[in-house]
Amino acid sequence: MSSPAQPVAESLVQSVDWLAIAPPTLAAVVALVVLVADLFVSEARKPFLGWLSVAGLAASAALLLPLLDGDRSTFCLTGDPSACSYTADRFTLVIQFLVLGGALLAALLSVTALKDARGRLPEGEFWFLLLSSAAGAALLPASRDLATLVVALEVASLPAFALVGIRHGDRRSSEAALKFFLSSVTATAVSLMGISFVYATTGTLYLTRIADRIQHVDGRFDTLAQTGVVLTLVGFAFKTAAVPFHFWVPDTYIGAPLPVAAYLSVVGKAVGFSGLILVTVVALPSYADVWGPALAALAALTMTVGNVGALRQQATRAYSAVRLLAWSSVGQAGYLLVPIAAAAYSDDAEHAVGSTVAYALMYAAVNLGAFAVAALVGRTSPRNRLTDYRGLYARNPLSALLLAFFLLCLAGLPPGVIGLFAKVTVFSAAVDAGLGWLAVVMAVNVVIALYYYLQWTTLLFRAPEGEPVEHRIPAPLTVAITLTAVVGIALSGAPQLVLRFADTGLF
Amino acid sequence: MIDINESVMQFLLAFVVVGPLLGAAAALLPAPPGLKGKSPEQAVLRHGVTVTGVVLVAAIVLALGFDHDHPSKMQAGTDISWIPALDVRIHLGIDGISLPLLLLTALLTFLCALYSYFKMPAGPTPKAFVALVLVLESGTLATFAVLDLLLFFLAFEMVLIPMYFLIARWGGEGRSPAAMKFILFTLLGSVVMLLGLLLIGIDAGTFDMVALATDNGRSLTTSVQVIAVLSIGLGLAVKTPMWPLHSWLPDAHTAAPTVGSVLLAGVLLKMGTYGFVRILLPIAPDGFHTFAPYLAAFAVVGIIYGSLACLALAKQGAKGDLKRLIAYSSVGHMGFVLLGIASTTPTGVNGALFANIAHGLITGLLFFLVGALKDRTGTTDLDALAEQTGAALYGKAPRLGGLLAFAAVASLGLPGLAGFWGEMLAMFGAFDPAADLSRPAFLTFTAIAAFGTLLTAAYLLVVVRRVCMGTLPQDAPKLADVQTYEFAAWTPLVALTVAAGLWPKALLGLTDPAVQQLLAGGTR
Repeated sequence: MSSPAQPVAESLVQSVDWLAIAPPTLAAVVALVVLVADLFVSEARKPFLGWLSVAGLAASAALLLPLLDGDRSTFCLTGDPSACSYTADRFTLVIQFLVLGGALLAALLSVTALKDARGRLPEGEFWFLLLSSAAGAALLPASRDLATLVVALEVASLPAFALVGIRHGDRRSSEAALKFFLSSVTATAVSLMGISFVYATTGTLYLTRIADRIQHVDGRFDTLAQTGVVLTLVGFAFKTAAVPFHFWVPDTYIGAPLPVAAYLSVVGKAVGFSGLILVTVVALPSYADVWGPALAALAALTMTVGNVGALRQQATRAYSAVRLLAWSSVGQAGYLLVPIAAAAYSDDAEHAVGSTVAYALMYAAVNLGAFAVAALVGRTSPRNRLTDYRGLYARNPLSALLLAFFLLCLAGLPPGVIGLFAKVTVFSAAVDAGLGWLAVVMAVNVVIALYYYLQWTTLLFRAPEGEPVEHRIPAPLTVAITLTAVVGIALSGAPQLVLRFADTGLF
Repeated sequence: MIDINESVMQFLLAFVVVGPLLGAAAALLPAPPGLKGKSPEQAVLRHGVTVTGVVLVAAIVLALGFDHDHPSKMQAGTDISWIPALDVRIHLGIDGISLPLLLLTALLTFLCALYSYFKMPAGPTPKAFVALVLVLESGTLATFAVLDLLLFFLAFEMVLIPMYFLIARWGGEGRSPAAMKFILFTLLGSVVMLLGLLLIGIDAGTFDMVALATDNGRSLTTSVQVIAVLSIGLGLAVKTPMWPLHSWLPDAHTAAPTVGSVLLAGVLLKMGTYGFVRILLPIAPDGFHTFAPYLAAFAVVGIIYGSLACLALAKQGAKGDLKRLIAYSSVGHMGFVLLGIASTTPTGVNGALFANIAHGLITGLLFFLVGALKDRTGTTDLDALAEQTGAALYGKAPRLGGLLAFAAVASLGLPGLAGFWGEMLAMFGAFDPAADLSRPAFLTFTAIAAFGTLLTAAYLLVVVRRVCMGTLPQDAPKLADVQTYEFAAWTPLVALTVAAGLWPKALLGLTDPAVQQLLAGGTR
């Protein structure tokens, strides 16, 4: 490339590494195919679209395999090959796997949900939106410049608004969508302003270049740069559902179809925290003294508010099970933020961030598992109250045992061994960074969380009210529950499978 | 005693830890043909007896194969890497400190399974009951057998869920809040403990207990040791329980089924004191010495507080619950154990370990007896039992009454029975504490603890008088006396109580070399 004899045209035309960008691209292509196919498929054949989407997501996840052999970058500056917009390194691949796998499981739940809705949900649009959002979410961890990052964030979010409000004529659904939309747009706007400040002071959008140049910012722009750093984080904190940007969560989860809530709780969070990691650890390591304390405070607030909110749920209220999962997901977001905050204080930031990734993988598997069982119970008791889970063991022993396992993983107690060790890595990141107070706050929160998880677990084994009704579990739900259970149990036996990310370099 | 191949020993220890877990999984499956028994309930209860029995036999063989000439050496060791990312290794091994506790656990669980086979506590299916008891056994045995700090934490946490469900599903009145209180208290303690363990592990660069004990705190600064001891000590103190962190214990004991109480008092509490000896004493000696006087102070307050609470419960008209009373007496007894550990001398720590075992045997027996009493009379309320003159158990059921009186005097520390040696040695240790500890303070503690033994004797004798003695009315209904299965479950405890009282060397000979080595810093 550096040869002076090179034709000018070649230095202008980028060579694209199609294999590297294949996973998000395939998801986007399948989304378009589904949208077009929807026009030509008869009403009776609509379920075909669902299976096409599931296959598409599985295929894009499979396309991660050939990328495992090493780091790849594409869309690089022709002058400076080290500044790239798209990089498929270990971090990218792990998060893409998480996002695509999460979307796949959410899609499996959706197949049943759409079938049960019997045409009240527009199938073609649903699958198009889900796939495009997944494509955006898969693009995000690979983006290495702020513009791509924001575009990916929006591609992941905009379809999600529509998904939340997809139930036509349901007032709660559209209200939730509006609430979600307005607050999210505000957060993005604030974020964009922050990015413009950072751009103004550094003159570049590439994360690695920002990392270099922001150290040499003119002293008079110091305040501007710091404000920019803080404002940039807002948009991502919003996606992670960190307090005080969490208020949309409970209403949105209840208003949305259950699979969409499951999708948001896992993929939405992954989008948020991977963006946060990229902005903080990759782009702004020299401003650790600004974002470190901010994220630490955010983490402490988030987990406390989330867990206390979950604690206050009344079991008899409508949708209390989903509400509880929503609040608990806010609490879990707090744990996810702890290692990112710890990265600011630690010499080895990648090591700390790896704990977040490991925790997120565990959380994704068991939280989707819990949502899958909730979807199962929701089929017979559409109001999905916690009291509806009473005596689940008598009705359906296996799914009750699995839900108990998922909940105990979330709580972090054996037999949920992987939950326990994932928490241990997060704790150890905090202790390693000298954030003792945050570790203690988290310790208290783990106890608060156990209270509500355990109450739910106990409820499963109570004597049922009334006769148990035999109920056949649809195949896609069975597959989703089995997949998450196998992952959860396998990880409990061999925690190293995910914990190794906490031990090695990701970037 | 007998020569067993090292790899067989390794297998036996691994089997003792994992066996119950496999048994628990098998208990949930339907019984295979040929083992169906009379009913599914009977089959699964028999399965429980078989598994715990096999584990007990394995533990006994392990004890026989144990090299009694070198009890301070880690034996039957396994060391496999499990989670390299966190540096967690499956490191198992036993020495003279853990072997007696391992045996006690295997024995008590077997006796509980045997007892439940004939007398299943009222509640939902026995299937879950057996599975939970087996998971509980596995967790406890693992706590005593592992030599990795994070694995210790895992084992420590493993007992919480089974015990919670044993209390919440098979318990008596007020079981749900009691079970919740138990698990929340213990979890809060153990999460704080985890922070201390991580601090040690990260600072010293290893989680291996043997390596850390050999290092004897040399690679940890004093401030790290102080923080680590404070947080680990808190977690262990909740479990032990140490006054004023004991308030979960009386509720849990009162609500728990008989078998739950026996295991809780007999085995679970020992996990706390074992942690003190195994982790804090050798790994963070400086930090421990800083806190030793405070620990001793809390311990003697616990002794006095427990005895006074028992006296108040034993009084006529106090509506005292017998199970609650024994729970409070446990707080007092564990106070002696903590006092012995706090003295940081070989004598004191040996006494503490002896008292640990003695408490497991005697209090286990007491809870069995009170449970049997409750089955017969339907109450454990002292006033309801004794009415005006006394329950006259000697007249109504002489053997049961005799056993109760035996357990009570064993508990108050009658010389010649197991309860005596541990408490005496613990006080001896406190009388002459380690060189850098304040002698006058410890002399005061010893004096107060000695006074506590008097109070202990007082309330236990009051209990014997009110429950066993009394005038027998003419028309009083006879109570069923001790049944065969009850004899089977209780005789080993009685025999061991007498044996440990008459021949303390059998136990002290095991613990002493190991304790000497731990206090001297791993290597001697």
